[in-house]
Amino acid sequence: MPAIVGVGYSGFNANTPDLSWKEIMYEAAVRAYEDAGIDPRKDVDSFITCAEDFYEGFAIFDEFVPDQLGAVLKPTCTVCADFLYGLATAYMQIESGLAEIAVVEAHSKASDIKTFGEVIRHAMDPIWLKGVTNAHPYYLAALEMSYYMNKYCITQEAIAEVVVKNKRNALLNDSAPYGAKLTVEYALKSPFVFYPMRKIEIAERADGAIVFVVASDEMARKITDSPVWIKGVGWWSETSNYDIMSFEARYAYKSAKMAYRMAGIENPSKEIDIAEIDDRFAFKEIQHIVALQLAGKYDVCDLMSEGYFARNGSLPVNVSGGNLGVGNLLEATGGQKALEIVIQLRGEAGRRQVDCEIGVAQAWRYIPTASGAVAVFGV
Amino acid sequence: MAVGRKKISCPPYAEGTALSERDISERRVTIFEDHPNLVYSWTAGQAMSRFLNELKNGKLIATKCEKCGRIIFPPRIYCELCYKPIDGWVYVKDTGTVQTFSISYIDPDARPLEKPVIVAVIAVDGASPNMGIMHILGEVEPEKVYIGMRVKAVWKPENEREGAITDIKYWKPWRDEND
Ligand SMILES: [Zn+2]
Repeated sequence: MPAIVGVGYSGFNANTPDLSWKEIMYEAAVRAYEDAGIDPRKDVDSFITCAEDFYEGFAIFDEFVPDQLGAVLKPTCTVCADFLYGLATAYMQIESGLAEIAVVEAHSKASDIKTFGEVIRHAMDPIWLKGVTNAHPYYLAALEMSYYMNKYCITQEAIAEVVVKNKRNALLNDSAPYGAKLTVEYALKSPFVFYPMRKIEIAERADGAIVFVVASDEMARKITDSPVWIKGVGWWSETSNYDIMSFEARYAYKSAKMAYRMAGIENPSKEIDIAEIDDRFAFKEIQHIVALQLAGKYDVCDLMSEGYFARNGSLPVNVSGGNLGVGNLLEATGGQKALEIVIQLRGEAGRRQVDCEIGVAQAWRYIPTASGAVAVFGV
Repeated sequence: MAVGRKKISCPPYAEGTALSERDISERRVTIFEDHPNLVYSWTAGQAMSRFLNELKNGKLIATKCEKCGRIIFPPRIYCELCYKPIDGWVYVKDTGTVQTFSISYIDPDARPLEKPVIVAVIAVDGASPNMGIMHILGEVEPEKVYIGMRVKAVWKPENEREGAITDIKYWKPWRDEND
């Protein structure tokens, strides 16, 4: 099976006034190639970038990527989705024999976007949804949260625990700009900006880039002693209609099932040692833990309070700090999550190292979507 | 290789029923209109920031790669062919040679322009071959433009420059002193 043989990243920062998006891509790519010990001009067969044009601010984004990746006059394509979809694309290109070494890139230059709420609104169905209100579209996440909390008796305290846990985890991650030592009481004083959602539960945006070098089984064994295997990938979409989507992260449940089946994982809560999952709104971590079958929906709040998902707990979730600690990295979100799993599986996580052999990374395509992807990694 | 003015012809009619401006403004057809407020401010970065600041000085700056020997214009902080950081900065001239050009008669909405616009790709003197700038030509009749024509930048007055590519108003025909 294909393996990760090199990783590199740039960031993550609340703002990056000194470097353009091309320059942060270059920085991340140079590090990944050095880590893998390869020359992109000679050794790479395929380059895959993941981007959404409206996050970039200009059209046909893929035309602008070859130079800074070392991909001039090479096969290059862009997937309009999260990094994990790009990883799945690399997996398929390698397994089909099209490439032996493929590179996957995603970045966020969120600080370049001046009207983020309007960009998100622009993703809503223009006839059916967008014109209903000009309120900031974070209410879309709050609608889902309201439904989910009520249906499964999710407490405000449990959601506050997610914020406290992830921001504290981020204090051990030098690349996480939003770390903080908070208490549940403090988090519960944060104002409701989109009832029932509090301001502190919404991940701030961040800049950064992630590049992975992926190699075939044979090639991976040749070029590294420490490959991290891609055991499974999955992706799934519900529907774009807010009136019929499940509000229970079915996209995450189904994409995880697809990835678990490939990886031969039958009991995720027992077999998975570490998880990095999408927490761009704090309640999403709880919803995604359940969807990834890492805990039961009626147990998840108690487990959260008991520290089960803490860095030193039985199943650490978002040891990196998650999006609440690292930031909302737009389409690079899944990249940061996969990066943390790879670093942890290699035993290179330093002060935040967790004992692990199997890890899962999951990303959602953010509001207004019910789509997402999952990857399972192992050593 | 002087090129004359091209005649653009449109068919006298098209099949079907055309929509008029009034059909839309009076909502005689079902339409949905939206004006998204999408605002960005792109970080120019190391290479482009220096380039834009030099424009204010009326200068064009490039970077160089000592491995392949190229003078890279417009500048970037990496050589995309050698895939390594650049080795330094070097000024290039504000003169060059037209590589290709187009005489454009209509705007993006297909309305005729008052005056045709001559868009050209100019290889800049001092930069490596085939490196240069896409810009517009001025002080020249469209039928006088040719590939291989020598041109020079016409800059805005210094106090009007703002560090934008439009600090160069246009490029005009130019004869080398030693021609
Ligand atoms: Zn070079």
